[in-house]
Amino acid sequence: MVDRRPWLSVLSHAVMILGVLIVAFPLYLAFVASTHTPDKIVQVPMPLLPGAHAWESYQAALFGSGKAGSTITVARMMWVSFVTAMVITVGKIAISLLSAFAIVYFRFPFKTLCFWAIFVTLMLPVEVRILPTYKVVADLGMLNSYAGLTLPLIASATATFLFRQFFLTVPDELVEAARIDGAGPMRFFKDVLVPLSRTSIAALFVIQFIYGWNQYLWPLLMTTSEDMYPVVIGIKRMLAGGEAANDWNVIMATAILAMLPPAVVVMLMQKWFVKGLVDTEK
Amino acid sequence: MEKRVLFRSGWLPWVLLLPQLIIIGVFFFLPASQAILQSLQTEDAFGTSREFVGLDNFRRIFDDASYLASFKITALFSVLVAASGIALSLLLAIFADRIVRGAMVYKTLLILPYAVAPAIAGVLWIFLFSPSIGVVAYYLQKFGYTWNHLMNEGQAMSLIVIASVWKQISYNFLFFLAGLQSIPKALIEAASIDGAGPWRRFWSIQLPLLSPTTFFLLVINVVYAFFDTFGIIDSMTAGGPGQSTSILVYKVYQDGFKALDLGGSAAQSVVLMVIVVALTVVQFRYVEKKVQY
Repeated sequence: MVDRRPWLSVLSHAVMILGVLIVAFPLYLAFVASTHTPDKIVQVPMPLLPGAHAWESYQAALFGSGKAGSTITVARMMWVSFVTAMVITVGKIAISLLSAFAIVYFRFPFKTLCFWAIFVTLMLPVEVRILPTYKVVADLGMLNSYAGLTLPLIASATATFLFRQFFLTVPDELVEAARIDGAGPMRFFKDVLVPLSRTSIAALFVIQFIYGWNQYLWPLLMTTSEDMYPVVIGIKRMLAGGEAANDWNVIMATAILAMLPPAVVVMLMQKWFVKGLVDTEK
Repeated sequence: MEKRVLFRSGWLPWVLLLPQLIIIGVFFFLPASQAILQSLQTEDAFGTSREFVGLDNFRRIFDDASYLASFKITALFSVLVAASGIALSLLLAIFADRIVRGAMVYKTLLILPYAVAPAIAGVLWIFLFSPSIGVVAYYLQKFGYTWNHLMNEGQAMSLIVIASVWKQISYNFLFFLAGLQSIPKALIEAASIDGAGPWRRFWSIQLPLLSPTTFFLLVINVVYAFFDTFGIIDSMTAGGPGQSTSILVYKVYQDGFKALDLGGSAAQSVVLMVIVVALTVVQFRYVEKKVQY
C-alpha cells in the first residue's frame, strides 16, 4: 500500500474476518449438524460445536435406505450428478471447439446466419423456455435419462463464443506454417489449436462443471423416477418430512456431500475458475 | 473480425457445425418457437384440442392481479438482491484490496458460496432460520423478535434475499477485486502525495473508476435474481406465504406445471424472453462502451 496506517490494516482484517465468518457460518453449521444425532439437533438451540456422530450420519446418507420413504442412496444420487455434470461439461466443450473452429477458420455459405443462430441461444436461459423444452424432451422419450438431463443444457453458446474469441487471437502465421508443412485442417485443429486452447478449456471446465452439478429446475421436471435424481433434487425431496420430523443430521450430511465436488473443483482450480468467470462474461 | 488465412472445404465446416446446430435446433429453436406459438393458442389440459386465440393469453395474464403482483415482487426482489449484494461485496473487496498477508485465505473462503447449488443454499439458510429449530430464529426470539417466515411475508422476502445475496457474493467480490487491482497504482500514489487520505481516495478515484464494473455487475445481478434464484425460492418458501415470494420464473413453473395453464404459462415465457433480450441488449451496449473506455 502507498501509506502505512496500522489501524487501517487492523480494520481491514477485522472486516474480512467478520465477512468470512458470516459467509462461512451456514456451511459450518451444516457440518456441525451432520455430526450430531437428530434428537440433539431438534433441541433448540442446537449445539454449535461438532459432535461425535459424524460417521453414523454420513454412512446413513451415503449407503442407508428408507430415508423419507426413498430407497435411493446418496451414493447413487452423487453418481447421477457426476455423470450429468461431466456430460454437460465435456459435451459442451467438444461441440463448441468444433463449431468455433468451423466459424473462425472456414469460409462457407450462410456462415453469418449460422453465427447468429448460435449467438441467439446466449440470450435465453433454460428457465425461460421450460415448458416447451419439456414437451420436446418428453416427445423424444428422453424423460428420466441422461440424454434428457444433459442435452437441453448443452444447447447454449457461451463456450462457442469463448473459443471463437480465443481463436481470433491465434496468429495467422501458425496456419500458414501448418499448411506449408502439409497439415490439413483437422491436423491443424488437433495438433495446434486444441493444445493452444488448454487454459481456456480448463477455465470452461470449472465453470461448466459447477453449472452442471448445481442444476435444479431442469432435473426437477425431467426426473420422475428416483434412481435418476441428482443429489440436489434428492436433498429437496428429503425435506418433505416437515421441520422437526426430518432427519436433519442426514440431510446436512447429504448437503455437505453435495457441496464437496464443486467446492473441491473451485478450490483446486481457483486460477482457472477466476479466468473462466471473467472470460465467459465478455 | 476475420482471419486472413482460411481453409477451403465444401463439406468440412458443415460436419464440424452439425452437432451444435442439431442440438440448438432441437432443444432451443424448436421449444422457443413452440412457446411463441403456444402463447397464441389455448389448449385443454389433456392436449386434445387447440384453438388459435391471438393475443388473448397476453390480455388474460396482464388482467390477472396475481401476475401483476408477481412483477412487483420480482422488481423488489431483484433490486434488493442487486443493491445489497453489490454494496456488501464492494465493502469486502475494498478491504481485501488493502490486505497483503493472508489475502488468499480470505479469497478462497469467500468464493465458496459460488460452488453451492442454489437449492442447497436455500436448505442451509432454512436450517438457520427455521422457526422451530433454527439457531438464528431462536436467538432472534430470545431478543424479543418473533421470526416466522412461514407466516410473515416480509420475513419470507428477507430470507430469500439473504440466501440469494450470499450465493452471489463470491461473484461480485471477485469482479470488484479484479477491478480494484486493475486501477493503476500511480493514480493512488499521486493522490496520496497530494494529501488525499484513504477515504478521499476511495470516493474520488477508486469508486468512479469502478463504475463500469459496478454497472456490469448490476445487470448481471438483476439477471441472476430473475432467473437463477428458482432453486433458492423453491427450497425455501415455494413462493409463499400466499404468493408473496413468487417471482416471475417461479410463476411460469407454478402456472404451467402445477396449474396446467399451458397458454398462460407460454405467454409468461414469452414476456420473460422479451425481458431477457432487453437486459442482454443493455449489457451488450455497455460492453461496447467499455471497449472505448
